[in-house]
Amino acid sequence: MPASVGWVWLVVLLPLAGFVANGALSLLRPEAKRAVSAIGVGVLVLSFLIAVGVVGGVATAAPHSPYVLTYWQWMPAGGLEIDLAFQVDQLSAVMLMVVTGVSMVIHIFSVGYMGDDPGYARYFAYLNLFVFFMLVLVLGANFPVMFVGWEGVGLCSYLLIGFWFENNAFADAGKKAFIMNRIGDFGFLIAMFMIFHAVGSLSFVEVFEAAPGTFEVGGTTITLITLALFLGCAGKSAQIPLYTWLPDAMAGPTPVSALIHAATMVTAGVYLVARTNVLFAIAPVSSFVVAAVGAATALFAATIALKQWDIKKVLAYSTVSQLGYMFMGVGVGAYAAGMFHLTTHAFFKALLFLGSGSVIHALHHAYHATHRHEDAQDMRNMGGLRRAMPWTTGFMWVATLAIAGVPLFSGFFSKDEILAMTFVRGHDAGAFYVLWMVGVVAALLTAFYMTRMMLYTFHGPNRTGEQERGHLREAPWVMTGPLLVLAVGSVFAGLLNLPAILPGSGWLHHWLEPVTEGSAAYLPDLHLGSDTEWMLLGLATVVAAAGILGAWNFLKPAQLKPAREAPVETGIQRVLLRKWYVDEIYDWLVVRPVMWMSDRAFWKVMDVKVIDGAFVNGSATVARALGWVGSRFQTGSVGVYLFLFVMGVLILMRAVIR
Amino acid sequence: MNYAAWVLDALLLFPLLAGLVILLSPEHLAKRVALAGAVVEFLLSVPLWWMFEPGTAAMQFEVVHPWVPGWGIAYRVGVDGISLFMVLLTTFTMPLAVLGSWNYIRDKERAYYALLLVLTTGMLGVFVALDLFVFYVFWEIMLIPMYFLIGVWGGPKRIYAAIKFFLFTFVGSLLMLVAILTIYFMVYRATGVQSFDYHHFLRNIEVVRPFALLLFGAFFLGFAIKVPMFPFHTWLPDAHVEAPTAGSVILAGILLKMGTYGFLRFAVPFFPGVALHPTMVNVIVVLALIGIIYGALVAMVQPDFKKLVAYSSISHLGFVMLGIWALTVQSVEGAIIIMINHGISTGALFFLAGMLYERAHTREVAAFGGIARVVPALAAVLSLVALSSIGLPGTNGFIGEFLVLIGSFGEYPWATAVAATGVIFAALYLLRALQRLIYNKFERPELARMPDLSVRELLVLGPLVACILWIGIYPRPFLHRVEASVEALVEQVHQPEAAVAQARTPGGEQ
Repeated sequence: MPASVGWVWLVVLLPLAGFVANGALSLLRPEAKRAVSAIGVGVLVLSFLIAVGVVGGVATAAPHSPYVLTYWQWMPAGGLEIDLAFQVDQLSAVMLMVVTGVSMVIHIFSVGYMGDDPGYARYFAYLNLFVFFMLVLVLGANFPVMFVGWEGVGLCSYLLIGFWFENNAFADAGKKAFIMNRIGDFGFLIAMFMIFHAVGSLSFVEVFEAAPGTFEVGGTTITLITLALFLGCAGKSAQIPLYTWLPDAMAGPTPVSALIHAATMVTAGVYLVARTNVLFAIAPVSSFVVAAVGAATALFAATIALKQWDIKKVLAYSTVSQLGYMFMGVGVGAYAAGMFHLTTHAFFKALLFLGSGSVIHALHHAYHATHRHEDAQDMRNMGGLRRAMPWTTGFMWVATLAIAGVPLFSGFFSKDEILAMTFVRGHDAGAFYVLWMVGVVAALLTAFYMTRMMLYTFHGPNRTGEQERGHLREAPWVMTGPLLVLAVGSVFAGLLNLPAILPGSGWLHHWLEPVTEGSAAYLPDLHLGSDTEWMLLGLATVVAAAGILGAWNFLKPAQLKPAREAPVETGIQRVLLRKWYVDEIYDWLVVRPVMWMSDRAFWKVMDVKVIDGAFVNGSATVARALGWVGSRFQTGSVGVYLFLFVMGVLILMRAVIR
Repeated sequence: MNYAAWVLDALLLFPLLAGLVILLSPEHLAKRVALAGAVVEFLLSVPLWWMFEPGTAAMQFEVVHPWVPGWGIAYRVGVDGISLFMVLLTTFTMPLAVLGSWNYIRDKERAYYALLLVLTTGMLGVFVALDLFVFYVFWEIMLIPMYFLIGVWGGPKRIYAAIKFFLFTFVGSLLMLVAILTIYFMVYRATGVQSFDYHHFLRNIEVVRPFALLLFGAFFLGFAIKVPMFPFHTWLPDAHVEAPTAGSVILAGILLKMGTYGFLRFAVPFFPGVALHPTMVNVIVVLALIGIIYGALVAMVQPDFKKLVAYSSISHLGFVMLGIWALTVQSVEGAIIIMINHGISTGALFFLAGMLYERAHTREVAAFGGIARVVPALAAVLSLVALSSIGLPGTNGFIGEFLVLIGSFGEYPWATAVAATGVIFAALYLLRALQRLIYNKFERPELARMPDLSVRELLVLGPLVACILWIGIYPRPFLHRVEASVEALVEQVHQPEAAVAQARTPGGEQ
């Protein structure tokens, strides 16, 4: 094991130390913002640098099996052996880079974005804590340790969504996220129980080694295990039917949306499928479910994104949709493609969110300056911002072209690879062609709604307000600097895994081979001929161009009215704006019945009326009546009492002992 | 003298002496004397942690003094892996209970603190008694101080609550007394030895087999009321709401564990054939599941914070019952860990409820809101404790629930899957309460001057928070100490089960 890999504990511990320090500051000296920034950003920079060393160690040694670093016995009980252990291999190395890299950039951005917030120290404490748990998640060497990170990031998500908790709706959103995640975590737990009882271990190395011999391909057990795992993924990564928390999660500060709800935490489900690729490969039905849910989510969320006015809501549904693509990738067995899209998405979506943050920041300050209370996130209050914010506009366009799939930008290659692999699987099973088509349609919608967002935000006339217009400013360098870094990634991250027809292709694919080779035996050969590949690349280009040009020509930002004066939507537009009424349906089908049942049926009838009313107090009434009868015998003579008592005991004994 | 030879005697006697001193000391010194007494008691018990030998299931620190030799009653006490942490939990909780009562109790302080110490002896006695008669005596002794704690220092409906508590528990314990006496006489008839010795009972328990179902039923009722299992649980919310803070803490933290401890120590090892009979298993597992989910759902809709925590106890104890009845090494170890956890986390929640009450003079969740800005430290501790109660990994709550569930899954996969939904409901009721207490818009100007945690309150909560993290991150020392006893229990119970199964076949019927 290379010496640098042994330092990986420090990568994890530094953000935890940052949390402890900033948490203490937030209670004791919340006004010490300089110290908070120094600690909050400092630990991330150090953590990132050490992580580079760790990954460098993996790159030079190119190990065939993971390095497992065991720290202590965590839960030894009978035959159950769970250690607190980390696992460093090519897959966790990719995540290590994404998590520490993007986190560092977003921490720096936050210094500018959150500078005026009274909860500054608390914010950085939570953000540091998040990074700690995220690293535990990606480094855990067994399911339970991964689960610590898995639930821990959910906790931080909860805390940061509800960061401005004075707003009841924001606090609600945090709670909703936690509970929907818990529904998924239930699946994760069940999967762990089943794996333990099938294999006798929960450590990744042992489970994956034993899996081919233990489980029969397509068997019930492994199918249930992987479906339960996927329930966990659907919760964490906001897939149908558990996606509704993610759009609400936009209540959190925008850098949080970028870090947690776009680049890192929500991709944990994709990481989990990639991590357990051997299990999913043995369960073809589950894998198909993963791909199908991914495709359905990609399309469904994209339709909603078409009609949102809140700039962050557009990006939120876009994230749900893009996560769908990633699940399509890992579902069809193209694990490297899924991880590839995860990586490129981390760059361009983080960039989009931070860019939107810089826009919201500008509008917020403008409205603050004139003391008007308007929605700083509603695109109908924006328009023409490119004049005031040229840098933000430029960077946002880079990310938009990347996510829309314009050739040579990173998203073009990563999305195309997923669609191409799905297409290849169509040769064996026609159903995959359907998924592929769904993916292509979703790609068209993606290009359309992203262009719509850019058009309404940065182009056309400005609708912010006469007085506010003069107050609109470009963000300071501490915010635009991070945008630049992410823009570079959004352009060039595609080089990580170029298609086979280009020189230097498939680097990430080869890098991940030691992790994915166990599943290769169960999957058909995922290679496609160069003619088909050119054809698919060409089609992708046409789709992207059609979406962008369609939106550009079809939408008329000049006719848009500010949010306050906007007409009410009707028909299908309204249905899309109201998100297909899914939240309302859940409310009526699940939330209200459970609340009613708990309050009325269980508490006020069962507990109060039946058990207490009829039985407890009822028997007291009976006892009182008997007592009246008994009191006739009460003569007051101790001798009689004693006699009756002893007789009673004797009769009882006699009766029992016989 | 050798620590092992005197420690249990000392632990049982010292609180009584301290209680006597309190009664003799002036009123204003009562709580100080009580604190000193409880701390000394805790310090006396601390070496148990190291002196306890983990590798064996045998009773340790065992002491025997003849008491009523004519009837075979002896004062016989000892500790094994199952009772060790119950003893330590008791001695650990009592100083905190005294500190937590510091400002809350304003009248009849001498009597109050003296009763707390008498209660300590009663509770410890239940956990260490190895003579069934002595066990019963301690079981009843501990009822009396608790009855007065609720009935004298409780809330407005304290009399109703105290009587309800007393009657529920007393009915159960009377049946248990009959059962104990029956076993005693039957074993006496069969062996010719007059003895209430636990191990003597255990060795000869076969002779009561014809009455096993009735006897088990008597024990079951006594313990199930104490746990409490659905539908014997309605005394608990009333008792908790009316009890003073320390009363609730002790009630939830320690008294409820006597029920589950009773199952582990007596009901299950005495009557494995009945306890593990498929019908009985179905009944108890279903009741445990109802407890888990029903308790959580009813907790969710409680307007009173203390009542919410009380119902959450029913949910947590449901996990313990499931773990005990699954009877695997992991599930029973998990059950014991939950017993410890529940004492720590629910104890902390009751302390926090008391601290909120002392500030706002209400326990209505709806009367708060947004106080995280006013009392950030209190809010932070409340959040952490709530998360541990939710079972967040990294806290103690996760360890217990995970072990119970993973251990039970092999025995009852479907029941375990249902129980696992409890993790969702727990999040539901606690996060709802958390939001309405410390988050949301701050709308009560009269709460704006609420003081944050005082040093005394930090001294109460600090140790509990430390335990929450300790057990969450490094539970091995705990698991290590209970393992041998749990393994022995599981093995011992499963052996006669096989024999009984044989006896139940047509040819084996007597």
